[in-house]
Amino acid sequence: MAKALIYVTYKRGVLDPQGEAVRGALASLGFEGVRGARVGKYIELELANGRAEDQRAQVEKMCRELLANPVIEDYRIEFPGEDAPPPGSGA
Amino acid sequence: MRFAVLVFPGSNCDHDCYHAVKHVLGAPAEFVWHKDKSLGDAEAVILPGGFSYGDYLRAGAIARFSPVMEAVRKHAARGRPVIGICNGFQILTEAGLLPGALRRNASLRFICEDVWLRCETSRTPFTRGIPPGDRLRMPIAHGEGNYFCAPEVLAELEENEQIAFRYCDPEGQSTAEANPNGSTAHIAGVCNREGNVLGLMPHPERSCEQDLGSEDGLRLFASALEAVAR
Repeated sequence: MAKALIYVTYKRGVLDPQGEAVRGALASLGFEGVRGARVGKYIELELANGRAEDQRAQVEKMCRELLANPVIEDYRIEFPGEDAPPPGSGA
Repeated sequence: MRFAVLVFPGSNCDHDCYHAVKHVLGAPAEFVWHKDKSLGDAEAVILPGGFSYGDYLRAGAIARFSPVMEAVRKHAARGRPVIGICNGFQILTEAGLLPGALRRNASLRFICEDVWLRCETSRTPFTRGIPPGDRLRMPIAHGEGNYFCAPEVLAELEENEQIAFRYCDPEGQSTAEANPNGSTAHIAGVCNREGNVLGLMPHPERSCEQDLGSEDGLRLFASALEAVAR
């Protein structure tokens, strides 16, 4: 079964109050050198079998229509294993 | 004129809205369940506050797909009055009926307190009886009321007179101290380009009787009543 991993974060330039709070907390714990922190969402979808390009297009559409709010959020989609060489290819 | 008060799973200000328009204002009102596909003969629609669908994913993100929202979309397209309060405002932005988005409060805290608002325009049915510059006292109660829009959208909102309310101090000055949640340009409420769809984070329905500390919220519902009667 194919999986799609989706990461949703606030766009650059949109203040992320949770990320700021995390950054402040890390600094107060003595972890210096953290310049910025951003907190986002992780969504894992299990997809029925199908053509990879169709699945990619579908998941893109899901992100635009529901999973992310394009006014304030960006998203990144990963299909794990897609870029790995197929088993038995002798690599 | 008849008000429809929408009820989503997780709405919790629906009865307050119903009480405000029906018992305080004295206008006919009815509840409309989110699965209904029609608003009946209602002339104005209220999307109440609460936590529709548990605020899962994002506040308002799931409610926008409720069957009744198609009827709200048509109602809005006909130029009829729609008001979204708190979670109702979040639903209207998620549905694309209002510009911008509501982020987590800058303080990360859920804020429940009385605030001052300054009316910025009389062009919406809900503010036609409220001269710009008038100050209104209402409570807020939200964790995600931090209004955001991109700079170019903000310029459009200013240009088209779409900013309906800003947070202000008791003297009517919008300052960082008077802005409870970090909203862009101290925005508490916006309307669509046509002016018939209004969304705001503060709760007019909780400030319709002196027993609750303020009657200022009633002015919004009374304005809509007058707007439709004309």
